[in-house]
Amino acid sequence: MPVTTIDGHTIHVDDEGFMTDYDEWDEQLASTLAGQIGVELTDEHWKALHFLRTDFREKGETPTLRRVSVSAGIPTKTLFALFPAKPAKKMAYVAGLPKPRGCV
Amino acid sequence: MRDLVILGAGTAGTMAANKLRRKLDRNDWRITVVDRDDEHHYQPGYLFVPFGRQDPAGLVRSRHAFLADGVRFVTGEVDEVQAEDSKVRLVGGQELGYDYLVIASGTSPRPSETPGMEGAAWRRSIFDFFTLDGATALREALNGFDHGRLVVHTTDIPIKCPVAPLEFSFLADAWLRDRGLRDRVEMVFATPLPGAFTKPVASSRLGNMLDERKIALEADFLVERIDPETRTLVSYDEREIAFDLLVTVPLNMGADFVARSGLGDELNYVPVDKHTLRSKAHDNVFALGDAADLPTSKAGSVAHFSVEMFVPNFLEHVAGRPMTRSFDGHANCFIESGHDKALLIDFNYDVEPLPGRFPVPRLGPLSLLEETRMNHLGKLAFQWIYWNALLPGRPIPLPTAMSMAGKHLEMQEA
Ligand SMILES: Cc1cc2nc3c(=O)[nH]c(=O)nc-3n(C[C@H](O)[C@H](O)[C@H](O)COP(=O)(O)OP(=O)(O)OC[C@H]3O[C@@H](n4cnc5c(N)ncnc54)[C@H](O)[C@@H]3O)c2cc1C
Repeated sequence: MPVTTIDGHTIHVDDEGFMTDYDEWDEQLASTLAGQIGVELTDEHWKALHFLRTDFREKGETPTLRRVSVSAGIPTKTLFALFPAKPAKKMAYVAGLPKPRGCV
Repeated sequence: MRDLVILGAGTAGTMAANKLRRKLDRNDWRITVVDRDDEHHYQPGYLFVPFGRQDPAGLVRSRHAFLADGVRFVTGEVDEVQAEDSKVRLVGGQELGYDYLVIASGTSPRPSETPGMEGAAWRRSIFDFFTLDGATALREALNGFDHGRLVVHTTDIPIKCPVAPLEFSFLADAWLRDRGLRDRVEMVFATPLPGAFTKPVASSRLGNMLDERKIALEADFLVERIDPETRTLVSYDEREIAFDLLVTVPLNMGADFVARSGLGDELNYVPVDKHTLRSKAHDNVFALGDAADLPTSKAGSVAHFSVEMFVPNFLEHVAGRPMTRSFDGHANCFIESGHDKALLIDFNYDVEPLPGRFPVPRLGPLSLLEETRMNHLGKLAFQWIYWNALLPGRPIPLPTAMSMAGKHLEMQEA
């Protein structure tokens, strides 16, 4: 696993830059990661990110868009507005979680 | 007397009942299978109906005729499972108590989940082929279709038989070509996936096959709604795809009673341990086949391989011993590619589909990820095997766990 330093944090990432160690994430790092993909975090973004973090801790897996919209009550349309173009990937990236597994 | 109740007499439920009936003592165990009707469909055959290559009536047989003597078949709609009290309630009020429960109620297409899909245009310009009615209606529509834009679309993943939309596209291309109509029809393949398929080696191979056939790929397309007036698919990121004829795979969801019983995830699939298929919430509940939330394909082959593994585990479990078998997610799918050829893919939780030979390393006779006539014959032969060997629970010569022998590992991405 490559190791990289972002904003003074030393973190483990996969070859696409998704963090691989749950505990290396914090909110300050999230803001920096969001900045890298052109997203400025508002309360609505945080609501989604906190759901992702909690759900991953319980289920051991990055939630799908449908799961975020059904379980956190954030409409899919809003997720596309918050994290444009590829919301599932972008949310996982900022929340410090593995890339969502495309179902087979 | 102990009671095993199985909900659903489809591929997984029928196989499990028949295999367990042979192993569980009739003086100690009653096995009850519940389904809403007595019509077992060979679902893989739906694919051929729209092209007039399969008679719809030929895909339907009586469910109870495929259940072994000594298995009780109850016709009824499951209303709710009361897992805390270990009982099942059917619509109408009948109750079935159980010691062990197997949920094998599959998954089904839900056109009503997408705004605009099921309105006035449903089965006029919008069709599905994941139901026998849908496939039969589509046959009529295709017969009258001689020019315009044909869009083959997947609403969201997971769906059962994830390669079916690709197969439909390849078959439609060949069918139009044979009728001299291909130049008058524009074809688009729209998918929420980032490419033609999920895994890299297969996705690139199958993506090339779309290119060769001049079928345009519209990837990362997650539909928000359909405008039936202007005949347009609209995605969440506001892309639009116009169609004259839309062949869609609606959202697939597990049975509603699973949700009502508090046993499901957001798509009504039962969360299970992916190696033992036991419910994460209840020790005496298992989910088999499409009903479970396994991270592998929803396919008859997965139902088959997982039941093979489940049966010996279940016998250990009810004898109070630890379960020693572990399911690896093995899936094996034929992909019809038109003009009497097909590909075959073989994979599991950890290893993506790779080229090579199957089931005998280097000899085959089937070829993985390659279009051959032999694979097509294999796909056709499967219908016979399904009714005569698979459902009755007779052994068939396929390995349950996936094998790496004869596969070309160098193709896999580092
Ligand atoms: C077009 C198409 C092509 C396919 N091609 C292939 C292929 O080539 N290869 C392959 O391996 N797989 C293929 N499949 C997938 C395969 O058919 C399924 O994965 C398989 O049937 C799953 O078995 P199952 O027992 O989990 O579900 P099913 O066989 O669907 O059985 C579920 C049963 O539960 C019953 N049920 C549900 N809810 C209730 C309720 N509330 N009350 C009572 N009964 C209920 C249903 O009536 C049904 O009989 C294809 C599927 C389709 C639609």
